[in-house]
Amino acid sequence: MIRIAWLVAKKDLRIEARSRVLLWQVVPFGAMALLLTGLALGPAHAGNSSAGPGLFYLVMLFVALLMINRSQVLESTPGTRASIATLGLDPAGVFLGKTLALCVELWVTGLVLLAGTVLVLHTALHGAFLALPSVLVTLGALAAAGTLYGAMTAGGEGAATLLPVLCLPAFAPLLIAGERAFSAALTHGGLWEWWVIVVVALVAYVGVGILLYGVLEES
Amino acid sequence: MKELSQRLLGPVTFALLALTIWLGLWVTPPDKVQGNLVRLLYVHPAVAWVALYVSFGTATIASCLYLWKRTRSWDMDRIAHCAMEVSVVFIILTLITGSIWGRPTWGVWWAWDARLTSTAILGVLALGYLALRRANDDPTLRAKRSAVFAIVSAINVPIIHFSVQWWKTLHQGATVFTSNRQLLVHGSMAWTLLISFVGFTLLFFWLLRARYRLEVERDAAYRAAFDEAVSLRQREGVL
Repeated sequence: MIRIAWLVAKKDLRIEARSRVLLWQVVPFGAMALLLTGLALGPAHAGNSSAGPGLFYLVMLFVALLMINRSQVLESTPGTRASIATLGLDPAGVFLGKTLALCVELWVTGLVLLAGTVLVLHTALHGAFLALPSVLVTLGALAAAGTLYGAMTAGGEGAATLLPVLCLPAFAPLLIAGERAFSAALTHGGLWEWWVIVVVALVAYVGVGILLYGVLEES
Repeated sequence: MKELSQRLLGPVTFALLALTIWLGLWVTPPDKVQGNLVRLLYVHPAVAWVALYVSFGTATIASCLYLWKRTRSWDMDRIAHCAMEVSVVFIILTLITGSIWGRPTWGVWWAWDARLTSTAILGVLALGYLALRRANDDPTLRAKRSAVFAIVSAINVPIIHFSVQWWKTLHQGATVFTSNRQLLVHGSMAWTLLISFVGFTLLFFWLLRARYRLEVERDAAYRAAFDEAVSLRQREGVL
């Protein structure tokens, strides 16, 4: 399972490295969205560092939706799913591999946007460093949930519009927990209860994905 | 016996709901603190019970049984689908009745409370389930994907249940029983509440049965139309 996961992750990341969609489309989109949220708040509020965590996760949500969709598009080219089924690859490994690749992509974008919140939204640099572990775990949970939901909508009618409908309510608790953990890091408040939610969600989505991804693939 | 119970389901349901209305509006006394506003609580908790546990639970169990190969059948898929549709109705009713109660009690129609928000999220998830079903034409694909979605969405139910303990927000905690399982409601109020819970639970099963029958007939009509179209094409010499 781990070997297959590693192979699938390498395949997805190699495609991403060659196509450079992440570098030239997703990251600029995220940066632009971050700037626009700052503009929407206005100069009086955008410089208020307390807005940073919420805006960071809002933009990460948009970015994650784009990347989940893209991750599933990679599998939707004619014959890809059939090839995976014919090769007899362990679906749990495929799920873990796609989650890992998506997670790495979200981490890269997240780090760029985190630097953006420090620069544009004046979030305290020290607080951003403290929040970094919770950001990475939250994005990992988003990747696991996103891979699962992406597989549910793949190839369906209106998949691109259905994906946000399914993902947003599922992502909401994660985003709230991530934002609170980030805010707690900025104010040196209690972190553990938000950490628990994010870690439990990560474990739950990875567990469910390992168990049920095969059902989605065989369909 | 089975036929008799099916025949009696509707009348018994409506008799119990009528009894709830009569007891709730005319027999039970006003609450010491809430006054007449307490009468809404003979409806809201029962509706929420059906929305979160009975209907969503039925949809989740039916989805699990569909995914388990030994019990896989179209009946399970239909039950899951119909239960989820009924669940949407009850979740909306839960939010509306809660909101009507919240306005005079809390001063607002809506509060960003953990239980309210997580219940609203469950409602959107249930709507997402129905959207997912509409997005897939292939029945097997539709059944499997929606079953997985229902199971994953059910993670939200314990979050809603324990939200009042995990986050100390506006919505009150358990009010019928204490943590030591001691009854907090007494007399006619307790009986009305019990009848209300039974009545709304039976209403769920009555609605589920009606919706299930409709779904069976729709599937039969679809198959008949499909067979007719195929035979028409065969007569035309296309197939």
